[in-house]
Amino acid sequence: MGIRIIKGGMFTTVQDSGRTGYQDLGFHVCGAADRRSFRIANLLLDNPENEAVLECTLIGPTIEFTSEMIIAMAGGDFRPMINDEPVPMYQALYVRKGDILKLGSARSGRLCYIAFSNYLQIPVVMGSRSTDTVSGIGGFKGRKLEDGDYIEERIKRRKYLPWFLSRKLELHEFESDKAEIRVIAGPQDDMFPEAGIRTFLNSEYTVTSDFDRMGVRLDGPFIETRQGSDIISDGIPFGAVQVPGHGKPIIMLCDRQTTGGYAKIAAVISVDLPKIAQRRISDKIRFRQVSVETAQKLIREEELEFQSMRDQIHQPCKEVLDIRLTAKRMKQLFEEN
Amino acid sequence: MKHIHSILPSGDSAVLIRLEQTISSENTIEIYNLMSQIRSAKIIGITDLIPAYCSLMVCYDPALISWQSLHDRLKDLSSLQQNDITVTQRHITIPAVYGGIYGEDLSSVAELCGLSEEEVIAIHSGTDYFVHMIGFLPGFPYLGGLDERIAVRRLDEPRIRIPAGSIGIGGRQTGIYSLDSPGGWRLIAKTPVRIYDPASKDPVLFRPTDIVRFQPVSEAEYLDMEQAVSNGEHVHIITEGGTSWGSGS
Repeated sequence: MGIRIIKGGMFTTVQDSGRTGYQDLGFHVCGAADRRSFRIANLLLDNPENEAVLECTLIGPTIEFTSEMIIAMAGGDFRPMINDEPVPMYQALYVRKGDILKLGSARSGRLCYIAFSNYLQIPVVMGSRSTDTVSGIGGFKGRKLEDGDYIEERIKRRKYLPWFLSRKLELHEFESDKAEIRVIAGPQDDMFPEAGIRTFLNSEYTVTSDFDRMGVRLDGPFIETRQGSDIISDGIPFGAVQVPGHGKPIIMLCDRQTTGGYAKIAAVISVDLPKIAQRRISDKIRFRQVSVETAQKLIREEELEFQSMRDQIHQPCKEVLDIRLTAKRMKQLFEEN
Repeated sequence: MKHIHSILPSGDSAVLIRLEQTISSENTIEIYNLMSQIRSAKIIGITDLIPAYCSLMVCYDPALISWQSLHDRLKDLSSLQQNDITVTQRHITIPAVYGGIYGEDLSSVAELCGLSEEEVIAIHSGTDYFVHMIGFLPGFPYLGGLDERIAVRRLDEPRIRIPAGSIGIGGRQTGIYSLDSPGGWRLIAKTPVRIYDPASKDPVLFRPTDIVRFQPVSEAEYLDMEQAVSNGEHVHIITEGGTSWGSGS
């Protein structure tokens, strides 16, 4: 019992929060590219934060459920339908055996996450269920999902979740084709003259079609270096902005290699990484510099935001409350008579 | 620790500890020592350590530790005397069959270097290589020490798929492909050793500071070894405890 992939979609993979702890052995981190939407999908079902989900890219999959479960979707709007009826995203949904979930092409954003209450039966490789398609390890057979794949469910879990009607959150809009991306300078910003830094921070860059889970190349004004941009290879964090010899920035994403030899002018702050992951080709980007302290304050604020989302879905919703209110008033009426 | 130049933020979730920007076995050993030191300090919030030629990246979860407090902890740690931490150096002998279908570029490498194929094999297998770092692919070792006489530029057109175990030369570097992958290095040999074996308890064979030497074998021996490896046997030889490296060495 589990899910059958009728159509794999453009690039659908199993992802969790990534394969951390093994980068010294050369393992790529991988994991969900848009951590925020990934977490929201799991949060809607009270799944563990790190539970494996499906990450869908631009054109979503068609999935048949072979058992009853609850699912939730978050991220870009992929116009999902169950048995040809449109269903909302950012909301817990019941599915029955034989139901068909069909995701369309992304109306907004680039990535969509599907979380499952019964979890996916995917072996853990080096502490993670994430697919590393570059190395061909982890996830479902180390590759993207294809037509006809079958993934078992891992547990027979709840067919019921408390406060079910409350389990919906506001849609996240990725519509804007202009984004301001905040960055922290360094660690090789000293390899760029003032003019190069100024170009980087004051120009508009365009998202190119060279965009996958490893990174995204931007097009725009040439960024000057002092003496080329080759460095002795060092570690690459998620969101590092490399500037190779051609002078155009490349933002390194979740499937990046662990080390690399191009100067890193800056790194995108964690809370803005989902914005990058959800950009579409020819969207515009502007960079703005912030301090590490500011970036980490924003992370703490986002954690509070997640907590308030949890609170919001863990209480009776307005519709239920209204019924209770009506009942209470009616009771009063009866008592008065 | 005297060689540390700077501790810098690399985004909001990583710190880069930089040593003098040179490629040397001293740097590699110092970084390896620093890594063990950070590991044993068990600092809460550290998620990954990425050692490179002359730097160590410390990845962390900013929800658990702030940049400032991690910076201070690392600074304290790196200023400590640490004579008690040593690396036991391992010597690893890797059997390899050179040329033919196992090393398609051996003849072109020989030609580019103005040497015979036998000379290339003798030079390549007559050198001790030092593992500076693991990166690019799971378990892929960056080996230092390639003889300049056989240093050749990469292929103009990278191959789409190079089988795991292939041994190549790319510029001043030589290495072993740990997984089937695309790549631009010139292939001269192939080893039956699985340097990345997901089924093993220690899936990655090499670690920084190892000394590697290639042992030429015949095609028949290679095929026997390949069989042995698929039966779970080891055909590489590890000698441990040759030299102990302190931070002061």
